[in-house]
Amino acid sequence: MAEIKKEHQLTVSVSPHVKSEETTSRIMWSVNLSLLPAALIGAYFFGPRAVFALTIAIITAVLCEHLYQRGMKSKITINDGSAFLTGLLVGLNLPPSVPFYIPVIGSFVAIVITKQLFGGLGFNVFNPAAAGRAFLLISFPKLMTIWKEPTAAFVQMDAKTTATPLGILKEEGIAKLMEVFGDKTNLYTELFMGHRAGSIGETSTLALLIGAAFLFYRGYISWHIPVSFMGTAAAMAWVFGGKGALFAGDPIIHLISGGMILGAFFMATDYVTCPSVKKGQLIFGAGCGFLTMLIRLKGGYPEGVMFAILIMNCFTPIIDRGFKTKVFGFKKPDSKETKK
Amino acid sequence: MALATFKGGIHPPDKKELSKDKPISIVRPPKKVVIPLVQHIGAPCKLSVSIGQEVKKGDVIGASEGFVSAPVHASVSGKVVAIGEFPNAMGRMVISVVIENDGKEEWTTLKDNPDYMNLSPENLKEKIRDAGIVGMGGAAFPTHVKLSPPKEKPVDIVILNGAECEPYLTADYRLMIERPEEVVEGLKILMKVLGVSKGFIGIENNKPDAIEAMKKAVSKESNIQANIQIYPLEVKYPQGAEKMLIKAAAGREVPPRGLPMDVGVVVQNIGTAIAVYEAVRYGKPLIERIVTVTGEGIKNPKNLLVKIGTFVTDLIEECGGFTSEIAKVISGGPMMGFSLYSLDVPVTKGTSGILVLPEEGVVHAEDFGPCIRCGRCIDICPMGLMPSMLSVLSEKGFYEETKDYNLFDCFECGSCTYICPSRRPIVQLIRLAKSLVKP
Repeated sequence: MAEIKKEHQLTVSVSPHVKSEETTSRIMWSVNLSLLPAALIGAYFFGPRAVFALTIAIITAVLCEHLYQRGMKSKITINDGSAFLTGLLVGLNLPPSVPFYIPVIGSFVAIVITKQLFGGLGFNVFNPAAAGRAFLLISFPKLMTIWKEPTAAFVQMDAKTTATPLGILKEEGIAKLMEVFGDKTNLYTELFMGHRAGSIGETSTLALLIGAAFLFYRGYISWHIPVSFMGTAAAMAWVFGGKGALFAGDPIIHLISGGMILGAFFMATDYVTCPSVKKGQLIFGAGCGFLTMLIRLKGGYPEGVMFAILIMNCFTPIIDRGFKTKVFGFKKPDSKETKK
Repeated sequence: MALATFKGGIHPPDKKELSKDKPISIVRPPKKVVIPLVQHIGAPCKLSVSIGQEVKKGDVIGASEGFVSAPVHASVSGKVVAIGEFPNAMGRMVISVVIENDGKEEWTTLKDNPDYMNLSPENLKEKIRDAGIVGMGGAAFPTHVKLSPPKEKPVDIVILNGAECEPYLTADYRLMIERPEEVVEGLKILMKVLGVSKGFIGIENNKPDAIEAMKKAVSKESNIQANIQIYPLEVKYPQGAEKMLIKAAAGREVPPRGLPMDVGVVVQNIGTAIAVYEAVRYGKPLIERIVTVTGEGIKNPKNLLVKIGTFVTDLIEECGGFTSEIAKVISGGPMMGFSLYSLDVPVTKGTSGILVLPEEGVVHAEDFGPCIRCGRCIDICPMGLMPSMLSVLSEKGFYEETKDYNLFDCFECGSCTYICPSRRPIVQLIRLAKSLVKP
């Protein structure tokens, strides 16, 4: 047999021998980047308390992942950006003025209980950030529903407490909402820009759409989930959202308030917990939209995005199984042939 | 007009600029050649020479036994100095004949057929078989077998595969530029053997000069011009995979686990078409082929006319050696080729390229992460499979379950592994499952 010279130490491996530049961490850090506008707007409107909550949430998430993986003697993967992303999303979903232990608990539940105990990245059933927030909302219902007026001035520390637009809509109706915001144009503008009470990162539709556009441009998310999610929600808001009559609701208010934009573009599209076949994603998104509106219109909470996503996460495996792809060249047998 | 194509696929950097403008040159005659007696898919050949025997170029050294087989011929003139088991490029020990080149380049008597188009299809097929022609795209399936479809599967289209969708490779491209008339003649012969009137040539649209050259060559053939069509194809890997090419050029879908003949199509490679022409016109057996020697690790990338049995070492030398520390040498393209464990292995009929990669170009697979279910592989799989599921099932040992996800429809094009952001060795896991379960 031919001698293999030292200078010809060759790597032998199975094809293919080239790979794309894409890596998991590049995707995760890009999603982090895409949330930056929303985080900045949150900081601008809600001040140092919001920045504080975001920071605590991120640090706790990364630290929890590090400690858990060290404890389990598994590979430490905090650099892949996924724990950072979970922490960031937990933070963006918090009311601006929560005490420090709220983001700590939220990120802990998200990373340790929802993600790592199920096997870590790729194996979790539920969206970690959504589960973290759900845990907080149920455990600390009071703290999690104190909303601050956006102040637009970073220095002003004591903003007034108020209700979110969806809260007003639920408790007092559309007339009160009009009274607060003046006219409809103003209402839409304020909601679109993010000048309203709400979670730190959910208020500014504009900032979130800038981030989402970046993700579309990079091909990291597809239209399937956001469109089916918001399309279903808008249709339900239009049909059932009006007082007393069908087809009298205002779908736009529902689309640009609450956590709809953040949820539909950034959380429901989480690779791990949504179906991976495009057709299944349409069902998943439609389910999210339906459940969100069911909760908003008929449920006890003014907002339902997070619960809707968590419930649909449960359906992901069965949707994946039901919507397998069609093999190239496969044709359903002719009815004639089956009769034979 | 949208270019013909298929659903899915990827766009790896094509890197063809390294060698695409290098005209085909002849490699210096090697001092000795090692010719394996199995270079094709099918039964091995029966040795028909003995040690010490003088042979001329084109002499049969391995006679084919059985239908799915192809004879092997001497590629140089000289003396048989050894017969025995030698490692082939894949590392298997194969009975091979070693011939010492006497440098005389003497041919055995070849039968010239200027009037070849008047031969009967049977006669043409016999010449193709006797010349030992196999598919030269890499799979090396005996060509005459492909040209013998059973009666119940009528064929009406012959497609020549000029896609050359593998990055780096430019052998077929050079042939289309330099010898387009012979490609057309080869196609005409293939059409005559199969008795079909439609011939397509599919070429990826990033080779406009090849498309031009082929169109010009076809337009010279006034009597058959209407029957041969050139199809510019979308530039996308794996556009040259048989099933994808048929879908793009003929609009037909080969059923799962089916063959092209199930939809009335036979696909042949560009190099094969020229070999067919040479065999029928001049009686010349397949003893040499075009090999693209390229990659960032080679000094002067070239397209070489290489005698079968020449060592890879000789080709590297011909191209000026390595640029730096090299890490990987691949036979074929980077997507479906296989890596060599040694450079002292012979070029065979299926060797389409030698690709040399420096350390920077090598992806080490040990560092892969979990499937994050991003679905990229599902979106791009040309076969409509779910590679993510296959890889996870195989990784966890659920080999039987992989069949529920159509394991055996995978032809290992590597697109999923290329695109995977977790750098999972999906093809490797699929091969593992394939080796452990029965279809």
